[in-house]
Amino acid sequence: MPTMNMIQALNSALDVMLTEDPDTLIFGEDVGYFGGVFRVTDGLQKKHGRTRCFDAPISEGGIIAAAIGMGAYGLRPIPEIQFADYILPAFDQLVSEAARLRYRSNGEFWAPITVRSPYGGGIFGGQTHSQSPEAIFAHITGLKTVIPSNPYDAKGLLIASIEDDDPVIFLEPKRLYNGPFDGRHEQALKTWAGEPTAEVPSGRYTVPLGKAAIVREGLEATVLAYGTMVHVALAGIEDSGVDAELIDLRSIVPLDVDAIVASVKKTGRCVILHEASRFGGFGGELSALVQERCFYHLKSAVQRVAGWDTPYPHAFEWDYFPGPARLATALKRAMED
Amino acid sequence: MKNRPALRLHIPEPQARPGDQPAFDRALIPEPGDTRRPKTAAAEADMRDLPYGLVRVLNDAGEASGPWNPNLPVETLLAGQRAMLLTRAFDERLFRAHRQGKTSFYMKSTGEEAIGAAQSLFLDRDDMCFPTYRVLSWLMARNYPLIDLCNQIFSNANDPLKGRQLPILYSARKYGFYSLSGNVGSRFGHAVGWAMASAFKGGDSIALAYIGEGTTAEGDFHEALTFASVYRAPAILCVTNNQWAISSFSGIAGANETTFAAKALAYGLPGLRVDGNDFLAVWAATEWAAERARLNLGATLIELYTYRASGHSTSDDPTKYRPADEAEAWPLGDPVERLKTHLIRLGAWDEERHAALIAELDAEVRAAVKEAEAVGTLGKSKPSVKEMFEGVFKDPDWRVTEQRRELGI
Repeated sequence: MPTMNMIQALNSALDVMLTEDPDTLIFGEDVGYFGGVFRVTDGLQKKHGRTRCFDAPISEGGIIAAAIGMGAYGLRPIPEIQFADYILPAFDQLVSEAARLRYRSNGEFWAPITVRSPYGGGIFGGQTHSQSPEAIFAHITGLKTVIPSNPYDAKGLLIASIEDDDPVIFLEPKRLYNGPFDGRHEQALKTWAGEPTAEVPSGRYTVPLGKAAIVREGLEATVLAYGTMVHVALAGIEDSGVDAELIDLRSIVPLDVDAIVASVKKTGRCVILHEASRFGGFGGELSALVQERCFYHLKSAVQRVAGWDTPYPHAFEWDYFPGPARLATALKRAMED
Repeated sequence: MKNRPALRLHIPEPQARPGDQPAFDRALIPEPGDTRRPKTAAAEADMRDLPYGLVRVLNDAGEASGPWNPNLPVETLLAGQRAMLLTRAFDERLFRAHRQGKTSFYMKSTGEEAIGAAQSLFLDRDDMCFPTYRVLSWLMARNYPLIDLCNQIFSNANDPLKGRQLPILYSARKYGFYSLSGNVGSRFGHAVGWAMASAFKGGDSIALAYIGEGTTAEGDFHEALTFASVYRAPAILCVTNNQWAISSFSGIAGANETTFAAKALAYGLPGLRVDGNDFLAVWAATEWAAERARLNLGATLIELYTYRASGHSTSDDPTKYRPADEAEAWPLGDPVERLKTHLIRLGAWDEERHAALIAELDAEVRAAVKEAEAVGTLGKSKPSVKEMFEGVFKDPDWRVTEQRRELGI
């Protein structure tokens, strides 16, 4: 089986879908001839033709509006937003249109679009190349939000998202494009080579939406994470010495609440880890769900380790980024309670 | 302080406010025949005068003349007239239903009926219109069942949209009528995407979109025109300039400085300015733009110059911001009256038949309203509450299922 980094896995997913479904097409800023600023669409225009993968004007609202119209016609568009930080000009299209079209038309029209967008920090991206907007989309009824943490899932989840008949926001942790990253920024960069999750089938397969993965089994606490934070969590658990179970949510919506509840009922403790700032973050929803459903099993308060409630800074990258040490501290605190 | 004049902020004002004489001397209205009709395949660069003209066919005496005369058969004119009159009868009756407390909201399209009627009759069934909330005549021209409109307005048990939508925010895919939403402008770019999809698939259908002149100020307008131009989308992009966006006159949207059709110039698209109260002119302009689109020559921007004769909605009182008699003073008159005069002039119609048709259509509307009332008006009848939880996603996720159970359904 070929070894792929996350970029190659995503590229492979797109290649498979362009090959198998003539109604799919890709467009976005710099995705055509050039192949994308992160190379995710590299070679696709050359292989599949200009109308299947093409450049778009710098207009996020226009890109998503066009995609919705194409979806209403019967196509399965896969638009790209260059950075999740720049998805906001399309917010009205996503919230008022894509998310509501099926509901308000009683199923006459719908928007089977998959909006790919690199997200997350840890790359000295500063305020507008680092944000994690998943909680904003999680609050919108009618949108699905998917976040992979490794090449195998990235390809399988992306194919599943494209085949899904509902609008999907597909957030790609750009920090993980070239290799896993556990937050130990002072250490040498790793590549995906040698990682079991970098063994990626070349053909079509899916990883279903709404199914979390248990990345590490444990008995003393449950850690909930997604994206880059899955790798940070593994490192943090190791540092803490706590036998924690790590769940990679993989999709924010639909959420695999059963997997979360089963784990917390087993361990009795829960720590939530995400890059996005804490207040109003998705961790709040996870914490509430755990509290509501596992109250009598909880041995300590649910904790949230998250980005600070500030814009994403530049010079303070590693003071902001919730690294393994902060998770380890939270886990130890959870054990002491 | 340097020796320069103090800067002053300019705030446009309409010519007339309540209590003033209506005044339209700023309106740019050439005579029928004055505005040339270029060949369909003409280059955009060779017709940059058109956005400052006005495509007109009917004169005040009801005579059709000039290069844009579409020479329509009488049956087509009668079908258009019927659609316009039906729209008007429906608007009157349902506006009253709101006043009687039978629904929460209504919006009339009085004075603008020619637009949807002509374009709906002209375009093919496979073409798709992306409407605003003021083109009911599109559905009337295609004989959309009145009972479904009434049930939607009453949000009753038979509402085709299952009580999920505000009154008049219809969706009628089979009638080429895209799902409406209350937020303005956001479907303008969908039309372009839909048209791009048709071209992508090698189909032969085109898209038509409406946007009000007030909404041209939204970014969606600029985005849609950019995409339409870049990808040469087979679309007809229409600005219905009815002079008023709720209480704001068109000058607040930029009309004092240029025409809305002229906005096309900067995008490299042809722009037509059309008498929106002239059924024949609307037809002719649409035919011209559709031919261009079907020849792969891309999109056309059409400004349909008209007047919003009624209030913005049932929640609006226009006498608070404009002269009460402004509609009567509108120089382009009333679309129904103008087509009627033309038909009479052709010898195809008379006042008696006109009055009889109005009575017949009113009876038709009344019967539909009565039938819908028997099902129930707002608050007296509604679809099963389980419909509230349907259609969020194709298949409900656990949240929706749990919450439905929580409500005991």
